[in-house]
Amino acid sequence: MTTHAPAAAVDDPQDARREAEELALLERTWAPARGIRGWLTTTDHKAIARRYVVTTFVFFVLAGLNAVLMRLQLSRPEMTLIGPDRYNQLFTVHGTAMMFLFAVPVMQAMAIYLVPLMVGARNISFPRLNAFGYWMFLIGGVLLFTSLYVNTGPDAGWFSYVPLSGPEYSAGKRTDVWAQTVTFTEVAGLVAAVELLVTILKTRAPGMTLARIPLYVWSILVTSLMIVFAFPAVAMASTMMLAMDRLVATHFFNQAEGGDPLLWQHLFWFFGHPEVYIMFIPGLGFVSSIVETFSRRKVFGYPVMVASLLVTGFVAFGLWVHHMFATPIPQLGRSFFTAASVLIAVPTGVQIFCWIATIWSGRPKLTTAMLFAIGFIVVFTIGGLSGVMIASVPFDLQVHDTFFIVAHFHYVILGGVVFPFFGAVYLWFPKITGRLLSERLGRWHVGLFFAGTNVAFFPMHLLGLDGMPRRIYTYLPETGWGNLNLLVTLGATIIVASVAVFIVNVLVSLRHGVRAGEDPWAAATLEWATPSPPPSYNFRHVPVCESRAPLWSEDGVPAAALPVMTGLDAHKRQILVTTVLDALPDNRHKHPEDTPWPFWMAASLGVTFIGAIFSPWFYVWGAGLATLAFAKWAWPTGKYAEDLVMPKRGPR
Amino acid sequence: MRRRLSAVRRQLSALLLSLPACRGALDQSVLESAGPRARAVESLWWFALVVAAVVYVATVGALAWAVVGARRRVARGELGPPANEHRRMTLAVAGGTAATVAILFTFFFYDLSVGRTLRPPHERAHTLVQVTGHQWWWEVEYPHAVPSNAVSDANELHIPTGRPVLIEVTSRDVIHSLWIPNLGGKKDLIPRYTDTIWFQADRPGIYRSQCAEFCGLQHAKMALHVVAHEPGEYETWLQQARMPARAPTDTLAARGQEIFLSGSCALCHTIVGTPAGSRVGPDLTHLASRRTIAAGTLPNTRGNLAAWILDPQRIKPGANMPSNALSPADLEALLAYLQSLK
Repeated sequence: MTTHAPAAAVDDPQDARREAEELALLERTWAPARGIRGWLTTTDHKAIARRYVVTTFVFFVLAGLNAVLMRLQLSRPEMTLIGPDRYNQLFTVHGTAMMFLFAVPVMQAMAIYLVPLMVGARNISFPRLNAFGYWMFLIGGVLLFTSLYVNTGPDAGWFSYVPLSGPEYSAGKRTDVWAQTVTFTEVAGLVAAVELLVTILKTRAPGMTLARIPLYVWSILVTSLMIVFAFPAVAMASTMMLAMDRLVATHFFNQAEGGDPLLWQHLFWFFGHPEVYIMFIPGLGFVSSIVETFSRRKVFGYPVMVASLLVTGFVAFGLWVHHMFATPIPQLGRSFFTAASVLIAVPTGVQIFCWIATIWSGRPKLTTAMLFAIGFIVVFTIGGLSGVMIASVPFDLQVHDTFFIVAHFHYVILGGVVFPFFGAVYLWFPKITGRLLSERLGRWHVGLFFAGTNVAFFPMHLLGLDGMPRRIYTYLPETGWGNLNLLVTLGATIIVASVAVFIVNVLVSLRHGVRAGEDPWAAATLEWATPSPPPSYNFRHVPVCESRAPLWSEDGVPAAALPVMTGLDAHKRQILVTTVLDALPDNRHKHPEDTPWPFWMAASLGVTFIGAIFSPWFYVWGAGLATLAFAKWAWPTGKYAEDLVMPKRGPR
Repeated sequence: MRRRLSAVRRQLSALLLSLPACRGALDQSVLESAGPRARAVESLWWFALVVAAVVYVATVGALAWAVVGARRRVARGELGPPANEHRRMTLAVAGGTAATVAILFTFFFYDLSVGRTLRPPHERAHTLVQVTGHQWWWEVEYPHAVPSNAVSDANELHIPTGRPVLIEVTSRDVIHSLWIPNLGGKKDLIPRYTDTIWFQADRPGIYRSQCAEFCGLQHAKMALHVVAHEPGEYETWLQQARMPARAPTDTLAARGQEIFLSGSCALCHTIVGTPAGSRVGPDLTHLASRRTIAAGTLPNTRGNLAAWILDPQRIKPGANMPSNALSPADLEALLAYLQSLK
């Protein structure tokens, strides 16, 4: 292996021929099969991520429509549009889908697309697991929405508190559907987290030391670590304990037999609070990328930004009890959780200050992506400040489970997740599709979304303070909540209009958008050093990273050329493994071929978990099926004899 | 400082109150405190609101200033960064962070000091009431050393003004939550856990409260009215509540009682002084003296009572009370009896 000086510009016709041959060879090695077969077998992170993002967005729209129906029902007192049974299903599925099927997975899906490109890898690590994760996610989401549309939607809230969700008070299969949806999505989330962790730690471009990792990639690293620690709590609580209480009459949460309903709350929120940061930290990463690209300078305070992400990820595990201040918890314990909840505002504040400093000292261009990043600060800060207020036990006890909380977390989630997500789409759409989104429609999109968010969610603060509890399907006229609720519903329709503008923008731009070229924004990070959309092998040569902004020679100024490294075999799938800290080349690693077996594995687990809603025997039969599928998945192909030999280490 | 804060608070309240169309019910509002607990939290809220508003304006103002300033600089043709940029940015970020930490510390200590005032009072003379959550109504009991003097009531919580009331809460089925916004505080009612919370009302009045923890189909229609009496009046009320139900005085009501005792009503309800003694549904001994029926859902009028008895599922779909097919004459008699239960 050798590290070359800048790749020479191609002027020699012989070089041009050699390049064309090499690209054709790479394409043959890495491209997925054609047609439906390719669809089921591909392990290309980009193909899977595109699907993943579109799927999560469909669930976002469906869950959003649930919210519109709920808002219509609440627009006037004593409306009779939707009865309590349907309403409870609607809000449960709205919350469950937004959390488990949109906010977290959309962030992971974007990361599955972007991270391998940003670290200069040919594909994600464990690509078959990646395909498997997508199929699991799809099955879980389809299960949830299908059950809703056949009137079997979960109706015990997205938090499914026992005993309401237990066998005694939720007869039927609704809560089982919820528990299995959680199973599917948590499996998908966990495998994606593991893939991303390994991709970031072991397959970074040579030279991309820990101190040169883009802030977005840092945010995904922190998020993935959090997922690995947080998701097992809810997966265990819902799949094993709640589902078993319901299915085979265990007594984990049955107080009559020595179980404990508070155990559920602890396990759920031990996942549920970090979840907030799991969906919002990637948003911070998006904002860093957007601010850096459109302010034309590197984000100020890189070490502080990284430290803030790490501190947030750590402290996020010390907040969960602030969801339980009204339960019997000792005073001292509550003070501890108040302190942690107040403390976590600091690292987020630091990051906001650093972005403002970056904008101040840069040359900001107010593109739609940048407007979404600014909208993020303007909207999210309100949610952050109300978050500090409700860290206080006495104040929280006055507004806990009211619309004040609904307002708070919608400001946090729309501000911290949806604004950055839309901004990220405007930033990376040209990379993903090769065409730019319309900036003119983009202005309408961002403007309507900003107005809709504030009109829909600000009045909820006042409703909460005036006593309106959450999760009620109607209220009496004498409560006086009618006018503000009507305003909220109006805001919801503005949000619908803005999302419609976005969808139109995407559909129109896919066909008629301006062609983007490699790097329309003259951005700084490696994903822009390859054609748009990127070829199946991502990069012709492995890029070499010499600074935090490898495509810039100095702030905002594009570098003349990117150094690359050669030595990977184009005849077969090979990726470069580098060391964890300094990203020194370590070895050439055999990369898996495409295969349909992850799909069949997911299908067999789909049968298992959905069957287990009805009978525990499906676990037994399903284990057999899954074992067969996994055996085929892992069966060695024997295609290359040298694969059986340990690869030789490269120079250190 | 304190006076200035309360002036700001008055002005903000006035601002909010000047938008009457946007204010909800004052008898269910956190911002209309009627007791020491809610009052302490209310001042914490106004403090937090003012501080948050200042922080917000400063942050968004700095952002706007940064964007406008940078764009002006570029428009002037200055391509390089501002002079001394690194030092100035470091100072700004460090200053902002220090201010954040200082503000959060202040808030945290104010919060802890308010938290101290929420501790249960040590006074032994407090009144004890037990509240039990049911799907979807509140059972309210006033225990007494002499068991026959204990009172069981539903969906109304009567308390004396001017002294702390200790409430012992639990639930019979799923988790509910007791929250009286005007008086302050909130406590989850968890089956097999008994917990306590205290309130104090400073002035007589009726304060509306409704269940705050999602508890199933009729979570929306599970209200509790807190009736605060002057202490003397409270004693009178309690004396009255201890009386068994009066015997029917006319033939129509007597017929109604017979229907009550021989029909399905007595399977779930208690009327003290009659053989009806089941504890599944609310105690009806003094039904006619309550302000509402169906847990705060309807005013307690003859027409509403009739509609409720005939078809509760239309008013509260999912409620545990079944529909009753009664002939008009029987309904007439039953209503006459129930309305005599003062």
